[in-house]
Amino acid sequence: MGNLEVRDLDQSFPREDGSTLTVLDHVSFDVKDKEFVCILGSSGCGKTTLLRLIAGLDTARSGSIILEGEKITGTSPKVGFVFQEYSLFPWRTVIDNIAFGLEMKGVSKEDRYMVAERYLDLINLAQFRDSFPSELSGGMRQRVAVARALTLDPVLLLMDEPFGALDAQTRNMLQKELLQIWEKTKKMIVFITHSVDEAVYLADRIIVMTPRPGRICRNFEVQLPRPRDRTSVEFAQVRREVLDLINQNCSIQ
Amino acid sequence: MGRHLAKNGKDWWLGAVAVLLALVIWQIVAAVIIRYPFILPAPTDVLAAFISLLQDGDVFLDIETSLIHFAIGIGLALLVGIPIGIIMGWSRRIESFVDPLIELLRPIPPLAWIPFAIIWFGLTSFSAGFIIFVGSVFPIIINTYSGFRGVPRVFVEAGKMLGCTKTWDQVRYIAFPSALPSVAAGIRIATGVGWMCLVAAELFGVSNYGLGQKLWFFYSLHQMDSVVVYMILLGIIGLAFDMIFRYYVDRHFLKWRTGEVA
Repeated sequence: MGNLEVRDLDQSFPREDGSTLTVLDHVSFDVKDKEFVCILGSSGCGKTTLLRLIAGLDTARSGSIILEGEKITGTSPKVGFVFQEYSLFPWRTVIDNIAFGLEMKGVSKEDRYMVAERYLDLINLAQFRDSFPSELSGGMRQRVAVARALTLDPVLLLMDEPFGALDAQTRNMLQKELLQIWEKTKKMIVFITHSVDEAVYLADRIIVMTPRPGRICRNFEVQLPRPRDRTSVEFAQVRREVLDLINQNCSIQ
Repeated sequence: MGRHLAKNGKDWWLGAVAVLLALVIWQIVAAVIIRYPFILPAPTDVLAAFISLLQDGDVFLDIETSLIHFAIGIGLALLVGIPIGIIMGWSRRIESFVDPLIELLRPIPPLAWIPFAIIWFGLTSFSAGFIIFVGSVFPIIINTYSGFRGVPRVFVEAGKMLGCTKTWDQVRYIAFPSALPSVAAGIRIATGVGWMCLVAAELFGVSNYGLGQKLWFFYSLHQMDSVVVYMILLGIIGLAFDMIFRYYVDRHFLKWRTGEVA
């Protein structure tokens, strides 16, 4: 059923001296239903800008984004978003954070808690149901943010370096958990990262971007079977291929 | 925070000792060294004055009258200050429009408004309330405004992604709760300033009762022990307002902040 088509996306911002800064230059790609795609690029290559356009949070100068045949013109419940920084509402408990989207839809308290509790179980944080975000660790907060983004049952889940602020051990654990969640829910995921390791571990396909202005450089299918072992020879092999690709073709000229 | 409380609980007697010690020194200085109650009434004089005032019963009317003045002032300040703060925080244009006016009015001391308070409202409770209003409205506006201005963009965007797209919903479900600590701090400052304005607001004879009014009345009678009674009452009630904030508002509405404050 659903798929995402990004066509000829251009984005630029005016600079103070009057010139324009081109951030995205004719970006086009497709994401298939249930596909896990990582967009890989160095900082400042426009990956966050790209993700915000797909989310409908910003408007592109030109180009189109089509999700399930419908053009994206603004935020939509069909698209979930997990932010890089901590975005949980600190004044709401975990359960009320997760249930927020349903509350906005006018779902009764009882019903929305029932759904939210299901997602709470999915992220294995049932015992923190009534805690406030300030009482959770960084990793837990991002897990709750994933659950919150899933409760409206979006077609597409966008993730903007969600594990970037976490320590390596927690990050590895959350990556593993995210794959489990993905396997259970089968969402289409577009995940942004600057870590080759993370991209190789998670993705079905890696889209490598060139910085300044952001262009799609290469598509790279990761053929490794899951669960992937990041200490294996095969994993190291794929990682090297991606790194070589970046160094030879996709770095700043 | 839990540890903090435990510590306070264990050491509360230190504070009590300090108060007792101050009372003893005061008694000695007043009754043994100065021996002139007009200059400094002793704690025992004050206690005696307090008991006779209690028997008289007027104290309660005074407290009631002052609380009415105070409620008028703070009530108006909340009614006016919070909406102004919200729209200023939400819209840059309105901020640019209103801000210079506020910055011009704000440095005028509340007591400088007394002449106009009398001309506009006469010798009524509203005139006292107006002075308290002038003193307390600006901290409320400014804190509400900065609370709303400081709402992290990511909260608004996270809300949008979850279907919170109408302006009113964004104010109600995201901006307001996010700004609440700042708003509450503003109200807390405002109650302090408003209470300080009370004595002066009652000085010009808006009523026959009131803590500030009686303070001046007993001063004109040279009954300094009664003056001290009213000073202490003003202090205790002011403290009570602060306690309400510290123990009720913070605990019940802002308990999510405990982890962040600690």
